[in-house]
Amino acid sequence: MPELTYREAVTKALADELRSDPDVIFFGEDVADAGGAFKVTPGLVEEFGPVRVRDTPISEQAILGAALGAAVTGLRPVAELMFADFIPVAMDQIVNQIAKYRYMSGGRLKAPLTVRSAQGGGAGFGTQHSQCAESWLASFPGVKCVSPSTPAEMYGLLRGAIRDDNPVFVLEHKLLYNLKGEVADNAGPIPLGKARIAREGKHVTIVALQVMLHRSLEAAATLAAEGIDAEVIDLRSVQPLDRDTVLASIQKTGRLVVVEESPAGAGWGGDIVSLAADEGIYHLDAPVKRINMGGMLTAYSPPLEDAVIPSAARIADAVRDVMRGYRRV
Amino acid sequence: MSATTLPLAARQNALRHMLEIRIAEDKIQEMFMANLVRGTAHLCIGQEACSTGTAAALKPGDTVTCTYRGHGHALAMGMSLRSLMSEMLGKADGCCKGKGGSMHMTDASIGLLGANAIVGAQLPIAVGAALTAQIKKTGAIAVTLFGDGASNIGAFHESLNFAAIMKLPVLFICENNVYGEYSVWSKTTPIENVADRACSYNIPGVIADGQDAEAVYGAVKAAADRARAGEGPSLIELKTYRYKGHSRNDTGPYRPKGELDRWMKRDPIVILKERMISDKQLDQAEFEELQHAAEVAVVEAIDHAKAAPYPSIAELATDIWVD
Repeated sequence: MPELTYREAVTKALADELRSDPDVIFFGEDVADAGGAFKVTPGLVEEFGPVRVRDTPISEQAILGAALGAAVTGLRPVAELMFADFIPVAMDQIVNQIAKYRYMSGGRLKAPLTVRSAQGGGAGFGTQHSQCAESWLASFPGVKCVSPSTPAEMYGLLRGAIRDDNPVFVLEHKLLYNLKGEVADNAGPIPLGKARIAREGKHVTIVALQVMLHRSLEAAATLAAEGIDAEVIDLRSVQPLDRDTVLASIQKTGRLVVVEESPAGAGWGGDIVSLAADEGIYHLDAPVKRINMGGMLTAYSPPLEDAVIPSAARIADAVRDVMRGYRRV
Repeated sequence: MSATTLPLAARQNALRHMLEIRIAEDKIQEMFMANLVRGTAHLCIGQEACSTGTAAALKPGDTVTCTYRGHGHALAMGMSLRSLMSEMLGKADGCCKGKGGSMHMTDASIGLLGANAIVGAQLPIAVGAALTAQIKKTGAIAVTLFGDGASNIGAFHESLNFAAIMKLPVLFICENNVYGEYSVWSKTTPIENVADRACSYNIPGVIADGQDAEAVYGAVKAAADRARAGEGPSLIELKTYRYKGHSRNDTGPYRPKGELDRWMKRDPIVILKERMISDKQLDQAEFEELQHAAEVAVVEAIDHAKAAPYPSIAELATDIWVD
């Protein structure tokens, strides 16, 4: 199987969809001539031309509004917002327009659009260029949101997003762009809303996304040496949420740790904990743990940034905690 | 400025629609005051020439996004009175199955992609509809209508700049009705005309008499022809006035004495009616017949809407996602 980087998986998924459907178009800031600020989209304008692949002004509201207007009139636009931190600049178009357009029309319009955006910390970009956007986007119905963790997930979920008839945000983690992995020659779209068991285990369930998923797998390897067999779930999608996979895993392990790369307030991790408390409570053998950035912000200074984002060591500690038994006294 | 003349059938259509809009808005106001419907409503009484003149310049396939003051646009574009009144009352056979309401009249089958309750948010959406027209070479144009207040919103600037640089077939039509909510234009904006802003985008900025349906038609038609020819967007400012307040509970106490009376002397219905009478296309008796027919149609639609069923509670969970 050919090996691609996560970055190349984005490019290939876009190219494959642009090639297979003439209604797919792609636009954003510096995505055409410059090939993207993260060099994720080189060669697309050369292959598909400046009508279907376009650079836009720095105008996030216009980019997302244009994607919506194009989607409800018959195209399948893919728009890029360079950094996920710019999502709030266009929040009206997301919360009030894109998410509600179908509903407000009584189901007579649909908006098959995709928004790609680079997110996440750990790269020294400072506090306005390092945030994860899942929890902002999962707090209202009408918009799907996926967070691919590997090149294969990136390729399949992006194609799945473009083919989905709903609006979808595809969040790409900046730290993963150089990650290599196998993507099958005949790989196709992955339908959205299904979690993936990244590591099977029987003692504790860890639910995570993207960099936190990789750190959870690293923690699981450490814990295995201590006799703790962790199951790691790559949630892949926070909207919709794959409740069944999470609940089935809790039923098997009886313990739950949720890891988010974001502040605690109203985060998606709370939804997982709430699901466990509500429908999974009788499967639980220990209190659940939710680890994230608490009430803190991403910092610029390297030791501060490293300390605020959950590390593999912190994840392992949380697992040891829940393994210690029913209640700590 | 002399108005472009519409053919007789189009004049009759415009007059009939203006009467229907005026009467429908009056009745909606009555229903709100009688607490028959909930929420709020933004009436376009006084601005009927803007919607009818614009609609007269559209072709099938063209699309429109507009503001929450959108009942007139919906009716002028051909939405049925029943569909509008049922939506107003939240009934299942309303244009949005009762899920939109007064501020969200939408009907893609007539090209109405949605009235919008967020000031200025409809402009970028029209830009996207124009992108589809350009890419698919449909020959259609996208029209977006907004108020003077929206020209101070960031989305206005982003949309005009975006559309201008891509030469998109979109018309930005500002109904300058002098007030942005309760504040007079001159208090919030340091220029006299919204149209003056067009120079920043290197596109035409045109001012037309918003009380004269044919003047509106002429300005919109010229800009539409230009857009269809691939020459890009235009900004059109229609000078108009709303006779009523901003919304349901606003009586307009901030207006200087005499201002409303001065505007009412240039009433859009009277202007077209008198022109048709002087062109021997209409007489007073025929006008009164039209007025009566419009009233009957509006009352029938309201009776229909009152009797229509509400959506079932199960409808809460539908139309959010495409399955």
